[in-house]
Order: sequence, then structure tokens, then C-alpha cells
Amino acid sequence: MSHTMTIHLRVWRQAGPEARGRFVAYTVRNVNSNMSFLELLDVLNEKLIHNGDDPIEFDYDCREGICGSCGTVIDGVAHGPQRRTAVCQLHMRHYNDGDTIVVEPWRATAFPVIRDLVTDRSAFDRIVEAGGYVSVDTGNAPDANTIIIPKEELENAFDFAACIGCGACVAACPNASASLFTGAKIAHLAGLPQGKPERKERVVAMVKQMQIEGFGDCSNHAECEAVCPKGISISAIAIMRREYIKAKISP
Amino acid sequence: MFKKLYQSPVGKKIATGITGLGLSGFVLMHMAGNLQYLVGPDKYNEYSHFLISLGPILWLVELGLLVFVIFHMTLGINIWLGKRKARRVHYAVTASAGSPSKKTVSSRSMIYTGIIIGVFLVIHLLSFKYGTYYETMVNGVVMRDLARLMHEKFQNPMYAFGYPAVVLLLALHLRHGIWSAFQSLGATRPSISPFIYVIGGLTGLGIAIGFLIVPLAIYFGIV
Repeated sequence: MSHTMTIHLRVWRQAGPEARGRFVAYTVRNVNSNMSFLELLDVLNEKLIHNGDDPIEFDYDCREGICGSCGTVIDGVAHGPQRRTAVCQLHMRHYNDGDTIVVEPWRATAFPVIRDLVTDRSAFDRIVEAGGYVSVDTGNAPDANTIIIPKEELENAFDFAACIGCGACVAACPNASASLFTGAKIAHLAGLPQGKPERKERVVAMVKQMQIEGFGDCSNHAECEAVCPKGISISAIAIMRREYIKAKISP
Repeated sequence: MFKKLYQSPVGKKIATGITGLGLSGFVLMHMAGNLQYLVGPDKYNEYSHFLISLGPILWLVELGLLVFVIFHMTLGINIWLGKRKARRVHYAVTASAGSPSKKTVSSRSMIYTGIIIGVFLVIHLLSFKYGTYYETMVNGVVMRDLARLMHEKFQNPMYAFGYPAVVLLLALHLRHGIWSAFQSLGATRPSISPFIYVIGGLTGLGIAIGFLIVPLAIYFGIV
């Protein structure tokens, strides 16, 4: 069953990285309740293009909630009100006729706005480049079962590997800290035999890169866990700190 | 090494956590010490005399506390300044996504409650430690009469209600602070985190109640 509604939007519009941004109000009529939030923006953009206006720029790729490309802050919550979903999987059935929705980009100095709702999240790539990988010998792919990993360890590591790098943790953090993202990478790799040999250099290098990128420091508000579309626990941050202490005590 | 610790995002949290827990331990003991006033002014004076007569050991502890306070405050201010740099454009709307978020009035106001406690600390030391020196004799021993000074100060409503107000802010600070310290030291895991959070909050509240009983009891003439 679907119904239609009228939705009012206040969307952050910013022509470029250096341009001054502002909120622009739009009203979209005949919104189908089965639309996703991004489809609402699509419909609005078609209207804007038809009228000769610039469409609202926003990032997306898979629209299945798994790629981590999309992300806007909706009414003050990263990815909007629906728990454990990226914004592409937020559907309009959660809204009522006549609602006003405020849409903003991720706000962090380390994630500069490129245009409208699109931010540059390459700081995350550089954190991964600093150590969020496992060094392997090149050559033929090794046999799949040469390293046996107990089921529980595997599942724990996978819980952290589920991070899609969307940046909602940074967006939601009152301090714009990247600790959940970085912690998830560290906890994921430190929990697996393949990642253990480089665990000390990894944590030191990744934490340092996080600082260089200009992210804030974590104050343990745990808001990141609440908005994470993959529900990654802040225990990742505790693991990052344990790893850091161990690396500093015996480098 | 200190400089590196001061700069590292994780190092800062570890240092804030250690100093915070140390200071929490201190306020807990301080609160327990104060409660002896309820037993009687002599008992309280004997206790304070015991501490004063520790001499060099006490000075060492005091120096340690001072270093902890300075570190804890500078790190807290540093983290707060860093957060302002890390988000220069603010959100028009801010909200919380709800549980499991621990973003509360407590966590958002750490810098403000911390600064108030810091200012209070100076006033508090000037009022008592460096306040009027009365003497008394308990069981034949001449000692400082801190109980008299306390009794005198808490006749003033500014002190009698100002102190409880500040210790309630301390409770707010500890509600986030104690759990946060354990998390910063990596001493948490999902199975025990909710307990640490609740116990931290209750400890903060318990410390506040222990502290506010004595001023209010003196003001209302109960002791």
C-alpha cells in the first residue's frame, strides 16, 4: 500500500568548495511513500532541471545500503532517522504529509564540501593507506584454507570489517572524530592472523594519519555507533586504544 | 615523550582517562573524609590532623594531585579547541540518534562542568586549606580546628548552597567521565560497558550526595 504526500525540504546548497552555502527551501508534491529519500531528491532534481535550475548534487552508488557512497545529515542525524540504514535505504513511508526535512552535508574540516551535499572523503583513503592493509607476497593466490581461523574470531573481525567507509561516524561525532572508522580497521585486522604481524606499526601510523587529516579527538559520546549503518560497536575504539598502548609499551 | 602523548589523538585520551580516574579516586576519599564531620567535630579534626601530620608524604600527594589537575585541564581544553577546529561550519539542526549513543547533557557539557569545578577548586582551597587558622585541643593534642571553620563558612547560604550546586555539576562530569576514562584506556568491551556506564553514573551521584550532606546539615542546624 502506498500513499502520496507533500514534503517540504530545506537543503544546503553550495556552488563550490569556496562558495558560501545557504539553505534553500523546496516543496515536493505527490511524493510516493514507497520512494526512497534519494528518489525524492531525484524527483526534485528532475523538476529543477526542467526549470533550468542546477540540480542538487549528492553522492550515491549502489542504492542498496552497502557501498557507503551516500550520506547526508537529515534533521540532525547522519543517514536520517532509520536505524542501521544508509540514507539510500531510508524510505518516505517514515514521514508524514506536510513534514519539513532539513538536509545538510557531512560537516567536518577533514571532509570539505565539494558541492551541495557532496563532500570529499579522501581523508579516509589516506588513513587506510597509512596502514589499513595486510602486506602479502605477490604471486599465485594462496590456498584458501592454509590459515585456519576459529569461527568466533572470524565473526568478530568481520563485524568490524563491515565498515563501508561512509563517514557517518565523523558526521555525527560532536568532535568530528574519525575514531570509529579508524578503530574498525584496526580492530578488524588485529583480530586476524594475517593482520597481526603489522599490528603495531599499523595502529601508530593510522592514528597519526587521523590526526594529520584534521579530525577531532574522540570524547566517547558513542553517537557514531548509533548512526553507523552497519552498527559497528565503539568497542572498535577501545581495541584501537589497547593496540596503541601495546604498541607504545613495546614497539 | 610527553609532547608526543599530548599530540596523539589516542595518547591524549589515555592521559585524560588516567588523570581523571586518579582525581575521581581523590574526590571519593575526600568525600569519605568529610563525612566524619557527621560523627563529630573532634573526629573530623583528628582526621585532618592526621593528614596534616603526614608532612612530606602529604606534600608529595598534593604535588601529584596538582600535576594531575593541570594535565587533566590542559588536555580537556586542548580536545575542546581541537573539536572546534575539526568542525568549523556547524549543523543547522543537531539531534541524537538515541541508544546506544551516550551523547547526553553530561557528555556535551564536560568542558563547562570542568571549568566550573576548576574555578571552584581555587575558591575552595582559599576558603579552607588557606582559610582562617583556628586551634583546638583534642585529647590533649593541639591541632587545627577545621571543623570550626567549616561550621562558620556553611552558615553563609552562598557556601551552603553553592557547594551542593558545584558537587552536583561534579556528578554530571563523573557520569560521563568515569565510563569515558575506562573506554579511553581500552578497558571496556560490549558485555561490560553498560555496567561501567551505570556504575560510573552512580559513583558520581554517590560522591555528590556524600559531599552535599555536610554543608546542608550544618546550614539547617542538624549537626
